[in-house]
Parts: sequence; structure tokens; C-alpha cells
Amino acid sequence: MFPASFAYVAARSVEEALELMVKHGEEGKLLAGGHSLIPAMKLRLQSPRTLIDLGTVPGLRGVRVDGDHLVIGALTVHTDVASSELVRKHLLGLADATSVIGDIQVRNRGTIGGSVAHADPAADLPVILTALNASFTVQSLSGSRSIAVDDFFTDFFTTAMNSDEILTEIHVPIPATGTGSAYAKLPHPASGYVVVSAGALIARQASGSCTAARVAIGGLGTGPLRAVATELELQGKPLTPQIIAAAAAKAAEETEPVEDSYAGVEYKCHVATVYARKAIEAAVERVKS
Amino acid sequence: MTAEAEYAAVPINVAVNGINYDAVVEPRTLLVYFLREQLNLTGTHVGCDTSQCGACTVHLNGRAVKSCTVLAVQADGAEVKTVEGLADGDNFHPVQEGFREKHGLQCGYCTPGMIMTAVHLLETNPNPSDDEIKHALEGNLCRCTGYVNIVESIKWAAEKMRKG
Repeated sequence: MFPASFAYVAARSVEEALELMVKHGEEGKLLAGGHSLIPAMKLRLQSPRTLIDLGTVPGLRGVRVDGDHLVIGALTVHTDVASSELVRKHLLGLADATSVIGDIQVRNRGTIGGSVAHADPAADLPVILTALNASFTVQSLSGSRSIAVDDFFTDFFTTAMNSDEILTEIHVPIPATGTGSAYAKLPHPASGYVVVSAGALIARQASGSCTAARVAIGGLGTGPLRAVATELELQGKPLTPQIIAAAAAKAAEETEPVEDSYAGVEYKCHVATVYARKAIEAAVERVKS
Repeated sequence: MTAEAEYAAVPINVAVNGINYDAVVEPRTLLVYFLREQLNLTGTHVGCDTSQCGACTVHLNGRAVKSCTVLAVQADGAEVKTVEGLADGDNFHPVQEGFREKHGLQCGYCTPGMIMTAVHLLETNPNPSDDEIKHALEGNLCRCTGYVNIVESIKWAAEKMRKG
């Protein structure tokens, strides 16, 4: 299978890519790692007339500290996020998620920004980045702005970015001491995509009680969902196995998952409670006392 | 503008198995077809052609990738290694030897991809456990289901490479 014919332009800067996007409008499409776009083009689900390659733009890769945030360049491939010492030191939940995307060849090529901008409802990164309270820096010719993760994923394959904007950086707050994060996933046995997954960021006081919790669930909606009832249930309580299980039992509340050929609604909701518990337990386990 | 001019071919420069190639490709050319049809390096196989089976695995700047999911234009300025580039003259790479010694292939179709993924694994992890080998091979499918001997072949190669 071949993609339909297209013209190719290697952008040399974000500004040049932005100008090319304006020039080509709806007929242009940005190429990052290409591990969602190229398969879609081979299936002729997408047939852009011009591909604007961001892979040739310098300065969009790598992980660095900026104040109390980790900043991850949008073109950083999953393997490099997963093996980053900064990520492994501060954001083990993100290392979990980037280690289970696709397979090793896919992780060597697929990028964090590409996955986020693609907003596949069965992707791993939107879920863990919701739990970690990330924000996204997007640039247009008129300047840049930051979009909070809770406002970013608006629908199936749809984000709050405008068509003239490029995602350049992912900012993730470095959790305070006493905080742990984790990601747990039930993959589809054939595709490896998320059936249901959960990300958790849990802060625990020395006394053992929970001072803050963010829990996100994937697979139950058009994008990642905050498990608000679970978060409230944990707040201020001792993080015992019983309390965690009771909180996780509320992970699918007020969701409306859709049945598919692999899993029914009841099954997805049940599995969400199981994976929420796994993610919370693993996050608590990682809190350094 | 004519269609021909609109979708102009693009000049690329790629080093494949240590040899530098200047070529001109249509933008939609996938790396695997560039290797097979323009360079006649047919060791790299097209299997599923949907980024799942890994038969087309090559190294792009030292990392295992699925060449059916990379455009040839994206390899401009890069170094590519294919299964043809592993042996040193008549001496097989230890992973190739391992597949021969431990019967790591049946029909052989998946073998080039399996070998390229295995070489990448052993370059990053010289002493992998069985579980680590299986995790690394997640993106390579063997329709003969000969996985047990593939894992044995890689363990054999790992040991040989550690001994030098």
C-alpha cells in the first residue's frame, strides 16, 4: 500500500513550518514521527497534498528542567522519554506509559508531540499526561500560548489547538517530595492499543494520608477522563488498601463508554476500576518516605 | 501547475551499510521500497505493510525502525543498516550465527526483521533476560510461531558477544 501522491517540504524552523501551514491550509499536514499519519495515509484515510516535515526542525527534541517543570520537546521519541534520567527521577508514571506504547520500533520513531496532537482515544500519553497535570505550548505566527491538559483533548482525534498552531513543548510539573506517579494499561491483545488504562499522581503526608490525587482513565470516552469521584474519595484519607480499593471502585462513575467488538460497556467499566486501583497502588508504592 | 511538477521528486542522500547513495525519490516512496527496488537490497522484507509484523525492520541512525512506516525522504542525511550490512565479509554477525545454530527460523520470512531487532536489543542490553528478549520482539511476528528457538538464538548470540 502506498499513500496517495503528495508534495514534501522539509521545514527548517517552526516559523517556516507555520508559514507553510498558512500557505497550504487544509491541504497541508504536519509530519512528526509519522507513526500515526503514515499508516493512515497508506490506508488512504488521509490524503494530504503537501506534507510539512517537522523532523528536520532543530531544537524540538530532548528533556530539560525549567524551574519547577520538566519540558519535553514535541519531537522527542518515546524511547528517549522513557530512558530520560530526568523522567525516571521525577515522573515514573510517564516512563511507564512511554515504555508500553506500540513496540520498540514504534517507540524509536513515534514522538510525544505527534501522539498528543493526534489525540487518539486509545493512546497512552493523553491519559498519563492528564494525571500529571501537563500543559502544552503551542505556537502560531501571532505568538505562543499554553493550554492546560484538562482543556486540551476535546473530542475523538480533536484538540483545542487551532489549525494554524504547532505543538512545540510539553510542560509537566515536577511533583513535590512525597508524591508518586504510575500508569497501568490493559492493552488490546492484537493491536496493543488501550482497551482501558489509568494514570495516577498521588501525594502522601508523612502520616500516611493522601494530600492530593489526580487520577485519569483512558478507554471510556472520547479522550482521557478525570476520575473525579475517585480523587475526592482519596482526599485526606489514609492510603490503606481498603481505602484505595473503595476509591478506585468509583473510577468509571459518570462515564459513557461505547461497546466495541472486543469489550462491552460493563466489562470496560469494571476493568477501569481494577486498573485505577493498580495505578494508585503503584503510585503510592513509589512515594519516597 | 501540472501534477508532475506539484509532486516533484526529492533528492536524498542516504548512507546504507556504509555506502553513500545520492538518489531521487517520489515523496510517497516508503524506505523499504527504496531499499528493495532502487538499491536492490532485497534482504529487508515487506510483510504486513501495516507497521505490525516487523519483517521490514532496519536500523535508522542506529535504532530499529519499521521501514514500511518511514518515508525515504525522512531518511535524507541518515545512516541505514540492513541485514545485508551485518556480516563482516564471510563472517556472520553473532546473531546470524545464533539463528543458524539454534534453528531460529522455519520459513525464514520474518528472519531479517527478527535479526535486526535482536541486534538493536543486544547493542543496548548485552545480557537480556528471556522476558526482556520477548518484550523487545513484541513488534516482530513469526507466522510459523517459531518463537521459542528465536529466543534461544538471541540468547546464544548474547553469550557469544559477551565472551567477545
